[in-house]
Amino acid sequence: MSLLAARRVKVAYGGIHAVRGVDLEIAEGELVCLIGANGAGKSSFLKGVMGLVHAHGEIQLGAQRISGLPTHAIARLGIALVPEGRGVFGRLSVRENLEMGAFTRKDKTGIRDDLDKVFGLFPRLAERSRQAAGTLSGGEQQMLAIGRALMSRPRLLLLDEPSMGLAPLMVHKIYATIADIAAQGVTILLVEQNANLALKTSQKAYVMESGVIRLHGPSAELAQDPMVRAAYLGE
Amino acid sequence: MDIFLQQLINGLVLGSIYALVALGYTMVYGILELINFAHGEVTMIGAMVGLTVIGLIMGLAPDLPGILVVLGGVLVAIPACMLLAYSIEKVAYRPLRKAPRLAPLITAIGVSIVLQNVAMLVWGRQYISFPRILPEGQYELLGAHISYLQIFIVVLSLSVMASLWFLVQRTRLGRAMRATAQSKEVAALMGVDVDRVISATFLIGAAIAAVAGVMVSAYYGLAHYYMGFMLGLKAFSAAVLGGIGNIAGAMLGGMLLGIIEALGAGYIGDITGGFLGSHYQDVFAFFVLILVLVLRPSGLLGERVASRA
Repeated sequence: MSLLAARRVKVAYGGIHAVRGVDLEIAEGELVCLIGANGAGKSSFLKGVMGLVHAHGEIQLGAQRISGLPTHAIARLGIALVPEGRGVFGRLSVRENLEMGAFTRKDKTGIRDDLDKVFGLFPRLAERSRQAAGTLSGGEQQMLAIGRALMSRPRLLLLDEPSMGLAPLMVHKIYATIADIAAQGVTILLVEQNANLALKTSQKAYVMESGVIRLHGPSAELAQDPMVRAAYLGE
Repeated sequence: MDIFLQQLINGLVLGSIYALVALGYTMVYGILELINFAHGEVTMIGAMVGLTVIGLIMGLAPDLPGILVVLGGVLVAIPACMLLAYSIEKVAYRPLRKAPRLAPLITAIGVSIVLQNVAMLVWGRQYISFPRILPEGQYELLGAHISYLQIFIVVLSLSVMASLWFLVQRTRLGRAMRATAQSKEVAALMGVDVDRVISATFLIGAAIAAVAGVMVSAYYGLAHYYMGFMLGLKAFSAAVLGGIGNIAGAMLGGMLLGIIEALGAGYIGDITGGFLGSHYQDVFAFFVLILVLVLRPSGLLGERVASRA
């Protein structure tokens, strides 16, 4: 059974139909990417999944229907979104940001362990744990946003454009970490404009265009698809 | 010189009350970017309920020490104000959460008018005097007087502020409040029930206002259905002076405004050659408000400019 199943999901705001009927499935343990051009509706789809915008259609996490639930309830069921632009709490310290990630958890020793794990994954964050998050560089903020999402021990991690606005070296580092996290068994939906990178990292891919899914299949196959190569890999 | 010290003491006492009321304005603004103009009236209701309960206790147990009687009044005023503020938020502000910012602002002014009129109907138009049941006496300090009540007010205010600081900086709820103030969306993504955090903010602000309301009526020796208006405006000015949305700013702004007002009232006669008397003391708060808005709209400790409604 799939961990996340979306059926005929539509998102519209202000008269614009950003998502016009998306079907998408993610199995437990998979790293799936959703690629597409700017404005294809990828971020709107993620916001719809999290209940940040109203989504029509059916969205299920495991056996539970989550469409229509408020955002905080969806988050508590185990989905963590790393939003586009990172969304760190700039005036909270790095450590407080990570603690916010574990907001719904009560197991103090588990939280402490996970904090150590995140600091192990991103030593830079440990060095700056008392600093206000707003003073971090873009790459460090991306690390913090990912680390914060991991602090909730999510069943499903949604990443919205983690490479955006980062230097190539930092992009490389973030993607190595994403692969690490996936290898530890966390199910991930990765939304990217950078199709090349996303297809290399993921097992399964969906291609979104003007609010609908154009193609989907194993990432390795899509990377060979002439249409994908022409439209997204610049060949 | 002795008038300077005396006015400084008076200003600190008044300022600590302003600071408490200002906290309610600044906390709500920090999260909703709403200037809750009904907050002054919540403070007034706190004073009225407190005084009513004090009168009742005195009737029932005339031998009880005054300080316990006042404590009883405060302990009833706190939940009364919390219930009131919770209801105001739920009924008047929550339905307008997504409306243009002017709508809740005007609603807040409406709520404040309603509360004034309800208070007038319930408690009447006359001044209600605060019974002289608290221990009276004073210390002398370099020629200035400081009464037991003044000491009590400052100590109580400082402990309320310290507790609030602890709550906001060190607890889970406080962290959720600060996160929500920065981004309601991202806070919700962390599993924070934003509506509950907003309710909690109103509840905490109202509890503090109840304490301030009883204290201010004890200090002036009276309460009145209209007292929340001026007190609210001054506390709002104090919050703007400190930087609205900033909790430390509200504390600092309240204290400073109290001192400025007291010193202004003390010296205005000398400065104007007796043309204006100390009853012009209310002018100073608004003079400060105008100066801040012109010279430093973000306030002393504020980061964000209160440029919109």
